[in-house]
Amino acid sequence: MEIFQQIFNLETFSSTLRMAIPLMVAAIGGMFSERSGVVNIALEGMMLAGAFIAVVVSYFTGSAWLGLLGAVFFGGVFALIHALVSIRYHADQVVSGVALNLLAAGGTVFLLNILFNTSGTSPSVTALPYWGPFKPTVYLGLLIVLISHYILFFTPFGLRVRAVGEHPHAADSVGIDVEKIRYVCVILSGMLAGFAGAHLSIGVLSVFREGMTAGRGFIALAALIFGKWYPFGAMGASLLFGFFQAIEIRLQGIEAIGIPAEFIQMIPYILTVIALAGVIGRATPPAASGEPFEKGKR
Amino acid sequence: MDAVLEMKNITKEFPGVLANDNVNLDLRKGEIHALVGENGAGKSTLMSVLFGIYQPTKGKILYKGEELRIGGPNDAIDLGIGMVHQHFMLVHTLTVAENIVLGSEPSNGRGRLTLSKAIDKIKSLSDEYGLDVDPNAKVKDIPVGMQQRVEILKALYRDAEILILDEPTAVLTPQEVKGLYKIMNTLTEQGKSIIFITHKLKEVLTVSDRITVLRKGKSIGTVNTAETSETELAEMMVGRKVILKVEKKPAKFGATKVEVKNLKASNARGMLALDNVSFEIREGEILGVAGVEGNGQTELVEVLTGLRAANSGVFKLEGQNLLNETARKIKEAKIAHVPEDRHKHGLVLDYSIEDNLILGYHYKQPFAKGLNLDFNSMAEHADRLIPEYDIRPRNKEILARSLSGGNQQKIIIAREFDMGPEFLIASQPTRGVDIGAIEFIHKRIIEQRDQGKAVLLVSAELSEIMSLSDRIAVMYEGRIVDILDAKEATEEKLGLLMAGSTIRSSEG
Repeated sequence: MEIFQQIFNLETFSSTLRMAIPLMVAAIGGMFSERSGVVNIALEGMMLAGAFIAVVVSYFTGSAWLGLLGAVFFGGVFALIHALVSIRYHADQVVSGVALNLLAAGGTVFLLNILFNTSGTSPSVTALPYWGPFKPTVYLGLLIVLISHYILFFTPFGLRVRAVGEHPHAADSVGIDVEKIRYVCVILSGMLAGFAGAHLSIGVLSVFREGMTAGRGFIALAALIFGKWYPFGAMGASLLFGFFQAIEIRLQGIEAIGIPAEFIQMIPYILTVIALAGVIGRATPPAASGEPFEKGKR
Repeated sequence: MDAVLEMKNITKEFPGVLANDNVNLDLRKGEIHALVGENGAGKSTLMSVLFGIYQPTKGKILYKGEELRIGGPNDAIDLGIGMVHQHFMLVHTLTVAENIVLGSEPSNGRGRLTLSKAIDKIKSLSDEYGLDVDPNAKVKDIPVGMQQRVEILKALYRDAEILILDEPTAVLTPQEVKGLYKIMNTLTEQGKSIIFITHKLKEVLTVSDRITVLRKGKSIGTVNTAETSETELAEMMVGRKVILKVEKKPAKFGATKVEVKNLKASNARGMLALDNVSFEIREGEILGVAGVEGNGQTELVEVLTGLRAANSGVFKLEGQNLLNETARKIKEAKIAHVPEDRHKHGLVLDYSIEDNLILGYHYKQPFAKGLNLDFNSMAEHADRLIPEYDIRPRNKEILARSLSGGNQQKIIIAREFDMGPEFLIASQPTRGVDIGAIEFIHKRIIEQRDQGKAVLLVSAELSEIMSLSDRIAVMYEGRIVDILDAKEATEEKLGLLMAGSTIRSSEG
């Protein structure tokens, strides 16, 4: 009983939300990209880059808000590389994504050294202020989910995104600029991943740590699949994953529960595997996801 | 009558290929104008030029008497040219209405998509032209025939004056084809003009007003439908006399050779694709399998050739049980297979003709000596088969990829027929093959039958099934609805069976 009280309380709830926000926002980013037909496994790298830039900008300007903006902007720039490689040059989107992840992992460590002359952890910077119980990124993150749902299902742009990711040639045949839609979506995914990264570095903490995203970009991808490429689905899945991360942290404070913390730590990943295996109902990705678009080909 | 559209001296050159060479086409208001020609004759290129996908190297396009340049599909759509592609350009996960408005979406002042007016317009267009389409249904849930009508609606919604229908009947049952003709006639009565692309001469003669024939990139001529015949058109298309009728001796049936009983199998998605399929084929008999594509024909052939596991049933050749044996074992039992997709299953496109001619038999005498290939016997084999089966060019070193569809198919026919099969399974043997090669392939299939072999012929072309088969099995939703004697089969009867009518009447 006591354990239940320690697990299910207000603190767990708020910590769930804090943990879920970066997954949620990055997953929404992945959603735009994949819905338009571009697989984006570089979410991890884009998040890491965003987390780093947020700290750098906050350090040099003293403004956490500018840090957030910088992360969003640079996330978009970073994603532009992925867009160019996979949309213009029709390269393999998974390989491009892996390359960007490696670039972000190495690049942040390198620049950490150059800029701050440290390794591992950056100096402490101004973090985002609290708005009531949470940081602003939490409210903004939830707002992003709502707005994304509206954009995807209630605007002409959203209709085009869905068409382009399912059947780009059909979209092309009615005069839609397939490449433009994909560029916009991939860049948007980078901006959102950058936002998610900033939440980690200057929202939850006030420093950048080497490899601080710790696979969250990949879990965001899993949340996207778990949520079947729907904004609210991705939100639900992120909350579930966030919940287990929150419990794990809670349980680390409780001795003698009998379950090793590592076990709890495994749960989100096991859920991911189960989700991917199709146990929660077959998840059908956008039909043209991962396929480069070439005019005139069928 | 005035021409709404004239294409004059259109020449389109690709590196090394003259796809259109001084082609002329004029379309009158309110007419159905058929554009016929063999694969590679330049029909698609011409239509791509009209639709703005390609720019012509030479020549001009006049629309309502005015010369203009069509820079892209958007220009064509703005002019009132609509295209119904052979492979539908529909997004399956979206609704009919969403598909129709895609690209010119209506929205309110604040950027919100508003479909209600569009749905009203779609409904009234649908009523006006008798299209019977539900704008709120998802495309993936509606039948193929209706999907095609959605494509037509898409063009009408954009105020198309000219409709290009690219091989529109390929995916339809005979009854649906009749429905399409009716719609085409309604459209022309309302003043629309139609360009109807096809290679089926019977259809052309039934529905069109005038016909333009293309051959090897040139326009051979435009004729009035009332004044021409199938033979004349075929000759114009091929450039020589063609025998359209298949010469067939009366059958001499022997003992039962192939026995298939209560065959059940699932498709790739795990759904039941073959539901208690049973038939027998005798020596010297061709059993045709008719049906709209996707009703289990593919799975049936796959099971019989060892490419798909059956759940249960019997498959015997001369008493030998072959169900769920490997493809190699089945080949060794002297079953030949002409696969439906020759690029996927019949050939290695980047192998030479010579290598393709021994595929599947490469591991044994005379082509293999121990672990090595015997190049001499491979070369002899190729030198013998290439002239015998009229494979062109006569050069065994050439890659299969660079051959025409007809010659690629002849490689497969040569390889499979030469091994002396007892049971021949031919699936869509003449798909995408020119008329000359069709004639040749049909003759070879009949030859096998006359030698007392059993033949299973699966084809989406009813005329092919009807002219070659001795008996005709009709498949619908994984079942054989009925097996008819070919002499009693008519297109109407088969069409009804293909739509599953006997099943419906027995259930209802």
